Amino acid sequence: MADPLLSLKNVQAGYGESIVLDGISLDIEEDGSLSVLGRNGVGKSTLLLTIMGFTNVSAGTVTWRGKDITGWLPHKRARAGIGWVSQERDIFPSLTVEENLTVAASPGRWDLKAVYDLFPRLAERRTNMGNHLSGGEQQMLTIARTLMTNPAILLLDEPLEGLAPIVVEELTAAIERMNDQEKMALVLVEQHASVALALTEQALVIERGAAAWAGASGDLVKDQALIDRYIGLNLTGQAKAG
Amino acid sequence: MPAIRTTPADTAPGPQAFLAAQTRWRLVEILFWLALLSPFFLLPTYLTLASQIAITALFALSVDLILGYAGIITLGHALFFGIGAYTAGLVAKWGWGEAISGLVLAALAAGFVGYVTGFIITRVHHLALIMITLGLGLVAVEAANSASWLTGGADGLQGVRMWKLLGTFEFDLWGYSAYGYSLGALFVFFLISRRIVHSPFGLSLRGIRENLDRMPAIGAPSRARLHKIYVISAAMAGVAGALLAQTTETVSLETLGFQRSADVVIMLILGGTGRLYGGIVGAIIFMIARDQLADMNPQYWYFWIGLLLVAVVLFLSNGILGGLDRLLPRRRGDA
Repeated sequence: MADPLLSLKNVQAGYGESIVLDGISLDIEEDGSLSVLGRNGVGKSTLLLTIMGFTNVSAGTVTWRGKDITGWLPHKRARAGIGWVSQERDIFPSLTVEENLTVAASPGRWDLKAVYDLFPRLAERRTNMGNHLSGGEQQMLTIARTLMTNPAILLLDEPLEGLAPIVVEELTAAIERMNDQEKMALVLVEQHASVALALTEQALVIERGAAAWAGASGDLVKDQALIDRYIGLNLTGQAKAG
Repeated sequence: MPAIRTTPADTAPGPQAFLAAQTRWRLVEILFWLALLSPFFLLPTYLTLASQIAITALFALSVDLILGYAGIITLGHALFFGIGAYTAGLVAKWGWGEAISGLVLAALAAGFVGYVTGFIITRVHHLALIMITLGLGLVAVEAANSASWLTGGADGLQGVRMWKLLGTFEFDLWGYSAYGYSLGALFVFFLISRRIVHSPFGLSLRGIRENLDRMPAIGAPSRARLHKIYVISAAMAGVAGALLAQTTETVSLETLGFQRSADVVIMLILGGTGRLYGGIVGAIIFMIARDQLADMNPQYWYFWIGLLLVAVVLFLSNGILGGLDRLLPRRRGDA
């Protein structure tokens, strides 16, 4: 079998001297999808930052299409096809929607037309400044901006946090479409376990920087006791950021 | 440069077309440049001042590239202006009075120093950045002062002799050649700057200005991009300095001085940052105000500049051009 798209082997990583992730391993195939679940502060966002190259990796390897990229700088990873949507959204406030998208453009399937197709609301707002958008529109813009880099994998860090239910539905549909129809691999960090598990095939539960449980999303969704133990009740999970 | 090639054949505007649409010339721009030719006919006695304004405007344009577009705040850009001035002055003094090649040498010298100092500049931000640019400027002044065998020290560099411009035009006392030459150089570098800021590279600089840490995540190496524009800006500032040295046939320590570094930032703030024309308009206002106010009371003319600066920053969103933008029908104001 060919190399997985993205693979982490016993990765230990953190910021400066401190270690947040302690021995994480995972494999994602070309059109695979993975939920990363866990309580606040267990290292879910750090996992995405590590894949993107923003943390210090002190042990283990990160490989991309069979190539060791552990030492690569973030911009090189982005160009190689890793697309990260940060939790902070941080769109460029004094650039228009269209400029926010153009700044990230690289050739491929996703261009302005394609992202406007996916998020028609952005097309309506194309001349608005980045800071004149609602929270949901900002989230769409961040995802669309990352799509403009034409990634092979999308790393989403709590994309649904704090959004109105109708926007959550719209985004969920878009995420599903990217993974199912566009065959883009997906790593989804989420507090809403049920939503995340419905969107993905595989799941990884992190507890204190290490894998506490890994397997099929379909299995985890049936095991409410496990979800309660590692992730907490859905109700409490919804209220907080990770 | 990021690889932006043609998008799949489709009716939707590709990123390339989107950027190209911004580079279309507007009528007001064409009129503006034509107006800059008017001193030749209307104010021939002011051509020397007009030449100084064009040179200062080029300097301000170079600072706008890094301050307005890339967010590198500097209080020491006269370093490159001065290096360009001394390079062009010395080359001419040593017997090579050809002007255009003097500009090229000045650009190379200033660009090289920009490249070296760029390694520090792109690693610091905010107050540290301002202090380091300020410090480098101060070091340069004193270095030039102590190397008086080379630079003439506080007396200035004497003995600069220019040949005829392009082998044809004498640098005359009235300043016809000087203004034509300076304005021509300003226009050429304006076209280059315009090209840069509307390129994918230029757009990525604005992204970096807005969020330094996010750009790598969408494929742009922030620090390398900042370094590149810093070198370009340094070389342009060097050309401006060289123009001053060549048209006045002397170079003083003041070309490197803090006052020049501070003045150019004031001009940029007055005119409006990150809009190419801001520096030019700011230079025109600043230099004419200085000329007129200095006639009235030479000691206190900065009082009025200070007052104007405070008023502009308080009441206009982005300089005078930013203010005009608000009055005129709404349009994207970054051409």
